[in-house]
Amino acid sequence: MEFGPFVKSILILDLEGKRVASKFYSDDWPTNEERRTFEKNVFSMTHMKNARTEAEVTIFKDEIVVYKFIEDLHFYVTGGEEENEVLLATVLEAVLGAIFIVLKKKVNKMEALTHLDLVLLCLDETIDGGIIVDTDAKSIARKATGVSLDPGAEELTIGEALKSARGQVMKALSVENMAMEVGTHDSGFSSNSLADWWF
Amino acid sequence: MAQPLVKKDDDRDEEADYSPFLGIEKGAVLQDARVFNDPQLDARRCSQVITKLLYLLNQGDSFTKVEATEVFFAVTKLFQSKDNGLRRMVYLIIKDLSPSADEVIIVTSSLMKDMNSRTDMYRANAIRVLCRITDGTLLTQIERYLKQAIVDKNPVVASAALVSGIHLLQTTPEIVKRWSNEVQEAVQSRAALVQFHALALLHQIRQNDRLAVSKLVTSLTKGTVRSPLAQCLLIRYTSQVIRETGVNSQTGDRPFYDYLESCLRHKAEMVIFEAAKAITELSNVTTRELTPAITVLQLLLSSSKPVLRFAAVRTLNKVAMTHPMAVTNCNIDMESLISDQNRSIATLAITTLLKTGNESSVDRLMKQITNFMSDIADEFKIVVVEAIRSLCLKFPLKYRSLMNFLSNILREEGGFEYKKAIVDSIVILIRDIPDAKESGLLHLCEFIEDCEFTYLSTQILHFLGNEGPKTSDPSKYIRYIYNRVILENATVRASAVSTLAKFGALVDSLKPRIFILLRRCLFDNDDEVRDRATLYLNSLGDGSVAETDKDVKEFLFGSLDIPLTNMETTLRNYAQNPTEEPFDIDSVPREVKSLPLVEKKAPGKKPTPLGPPPPAPTSASDAYERILSTIPEFANFGKLFKSSVPVELTEAETEYAVNVVKHIFDHHVVFQYNCTNTIPEQLLENVTVIVDASEAEEFSEVGVKPLKSLPYDTPAQTFVAFERPEGVPSVGKFSNTLRFTVKEVDTSTGEAEDDGVEDEYQLEDFEVVAADYILKVGVSNFRNAWESMDPDTERVDEYGLGPRESLVEAVNAVISLLGLQPCEGTETVPNNSRSHTCLLSGVYIGNVKVLVRLSFGMDSSKEVAMKLAVRSDDVNVSEALHEIVASG
Repeated sequence: MEFGPFVKSILILDLEGKRVASKFYSDDWPTNEERRTFEKNVFSMTHMKNARTEAEVTIFKDEIVVYKFIEDLHFYVTGGEEENEVLLATVLEAVLGAIFIVLKKKVNKMEALTHLDLVLLCLDETIDGGIIVDTDAKSIARKATGVSLDPGAEELTIGEALKSARGQVMKALSVENMAMEVGTHDSGFSSNSLADWWF
Repeated sequence: MAQPLVKKDDDRDEEADYSPFLGIEKGAVLQDARVFNDPQLDARRCSQVITKLLYLLNQGDSFTKVEATEVFFAVTKLFQSKDNGLRRMVYLIIKDLSPSADEVIIVTSSLMKDMNSRTDMYRANAIRVLCRITDGTLLTQIERYLKQAIVDKNPVVASAALVSGIHLLQTTPEIVKRWSNEVQEAVQSRAALVQFHALALLHQIRQNDRLAVSKLVTSLTKGTVRSPLAQCLLIRYTSQVIRETGVNSQTGDRPFYDYLESCLRHKAEMVIFEAAKAITELSNVTTRELTPAITVLQLLLSSSKPVLRFAAVRTLNKVAMTHPMAVTNCNIDMESLISDQNRSIATLAITTLLKTGNESSVDRLMKQITNFMSDIADEFKIVVVEAIRSLCLKFPLKYRSLMNFLSNILREEGGFEYKKAIVDSIVILIRDIPDAKESGLLHLCEFIEDCEFTYLSTQILHFLGNEGPKTSDPSKYIRYIYNRVILENATVRASAVSTLAKFGALVDSLKPRIFILLRRCLFDNDDEVRDRATLYLNSLGDGSVAETDKDVKEFLFGSLDIPLTNMETTLRNYAQNPTEEPFDIDSVPREVKSLPLVEKKAPGKKPTPLGPPPPAPTSASDAYERILSTIPEFANFGKLFKSSVPVELTEAETEYAVNVVKHIFDHHVVFQYNCTNTIPEQLLENVTVIVDASEAEEFSEVGVKPLKSLPYDTPAQTFVAFERPEGVPSVGKFSNTLRFTVKEVDTSTGEAEDDGVEDEYQLEDFEVVAADYILKVGVSNFRNAWESMDPDTERVDEYGLGPRESLVEAVNAVISLLGLQPCEGTETVPNNSRSHTCLLSGVYIGNVKVLVRLSFGMDSSKEVAMKLAVRSDDVNVSEALHEIVASG
């Protein structure tokens, strides 16, 4: 995409550089072998670095790589050499923030794999085919968990949130008769508690 | 769907290696996928199976066509479930399965239903999925809904449609372009992300319409931009508009510069940086324009965030290539970055310092680098090596310490690319710094004694063969070369044999010894090595057939002066048509077919960030020389002294584009007219330029080389040669008319009609000026050079330059009038200074070295006075330079 910011890949690797979940948006790596090689190279260049408090950055074969490590997970966002690295770092923080929320602050390999669906949904809501969809962690997490698409949700008061949640449940009960499922999916993800986890 | 796939057990948690997907098997998962067909769908179970499938896909497990189709069909059944979470997973896996066209039809109706659902999440995702998997035919059916979605009141839905539009524009631009009105409306949206996506799409739709882009930028730079992302986009578009419009010639101001500058004060770091970067990348950026951007970047250098430090130092590194003086203010901050934890930042800091530093700081920097080299990756080492190479070319007097450094790192561990960079650097230094030759060659010799890379060994041997015989003591290299014959693989041995032969051919005293060594090679177990040895022994005059013909030597040891591509084509033809006749090298055409010198005005330049500076312009003159030498009419003109930059003789976007390059020889001038025919319906033949030299009395026309044919969009050249008095810098004005035969071309078949019409086309005039006779050649230490010149040749005079806008303008005017090379960065005039000294050097026609000291002063009424002091090898030349200034 000309001129627009373009994310070439997002990698989530474990302590040994093995893929936990990775997305490739550029044609630079058409086959899985090339993707694995790229992951291996990026990992071996960065794994001994300390990137736990602040996102770190390097350049590798005309590819900007911004990365941050949390527990046993290594997160990478990469872009072309002409890309704005500060912007790529923003994307990285957005992905991390959203995953932090959906994994309920327990960001590690075990949790990420256990809730792989949520992790993949977070990536899906952040980048679409290389184009940045959203960089707000809370809003990404909200879309990934499907709680609500209303952008103002976190601003609702607890009372309003409860009311709207109850409204939804009632509607589901009466119309779809699927109270059980709505109940399970809303549990733990009402909008007010979301906000609590994040700050 | 937030449910774990497997129940958590505390004891399992403690196992480090445990993964919920441990031992997962594709076959089993595909079996599991049968639950999708259950009449009573268990949403949770289905979600889990999809997650497993997604895991396999994400890990790169490939599904066979049959498997993928089966899974896809099963997944389509899940649209019956009303479970939100499950639906979300269905969307995700359809995208990852990337179904084929006939499969897409199966889900189209379900997705179209969701696109019109009242649930926002369904609408947004169904749009993204459908647009991802659809092809053009289907798109027309859903176009109506997409246009609605772009202006949907839910921003997530609108963004989904806009992002999909950006993707679709690549495949089906004609449809997406019809959405302009809706996209335009979305640009005004109050939702930040919608505005961002709409702006990106609108720009892409309009990108070929310069006026529209310019309007878009004008209105938005004055309006409200709601997100840092959109602001970054706008900065990029603004730079594009600036690039295309250029500087206002009257005020010297750049349109939109103020906008870029205001973005330096934005609150988001990504915007600040984007703006700073954009300013530094403006073409012909002035010091005044650069200053605020450099100030911002300097602040970022001491940020606590590595990404910001990296961004800033990377940008400053690029600026240092073109404006080293502008970056020197940051040197102190840079030096502290050498010890940065992040080695990428440290490397960039060091290479920036190497570019901005002065001669006295070289040794100190080298010491720091030596400690630093051991703990960075090869990739960064290459960057450092390249920086050191350009430093050495800048300060040739420092070659000893820099060459030592290179030879030291050459001996250390490293991969091929790294070693190649070092060897290339040493070769360049040997070529450009005569004093460095002997030590450089010996370093290379020592390197090949223990070199694991065949390619590098053969390169070095070849180079040694060309340079070694010309040194003071060629015999000392023989041992290293012959060692290769004993110790290396066949490829290297063959190279070594050729190198030995070159020594034998060029150094008579070594000949007998070389013969002994070559004769030993006759027993080599490799064909190529034996053949080469036999060939060289015979041609050097040792064998039974005594061949001492000069041509043979020239052929074997001289450089091949025919284009290799032509050689290849001719040889291929020769091999295809078996014949008894031997191959005749003279049958290879010498004309270079396509001229790669056409000025490219591509705006999308791709600067290499950590790479070396752009290649020296010498390659262009080399190429000119090669072209001219292929034209027999001009062969006896002697050595090419100078080629000017192309001068445009036509307005942009006219029927025929013509520019001229002035080639100056000792007695002659050759004008090379580069012509391009921009009309597809025409073929031009017998193209010549009729030159009227009545205003250039000292010139007389001696030859014309017409251009046989000029097809559409294929640049080609015609030449006109003039004679002029030797040694005198004759000047004059030339009027030009393009004359040709034009033939109509049927664009559908590409065939031209047989009959053509003679026609003429008026071109603009150009002049041969004094600066055409002066070559820009820098000196590293001006003071030394100045003092070594005979003071008697000095001519000094003072001139009034009249009122000027600034000293910068006056300095630039004199530099371009004289066509000399500014030395030691003295062409940069500090802001608001009232006096300035500028040092210039060059070579005047006849190979006369010239040095110039210019002292400028400006009084309160902006009157500029200049003192011009010239020293040269020839007093007449010193006077000639004064004449140029006096008459300019």
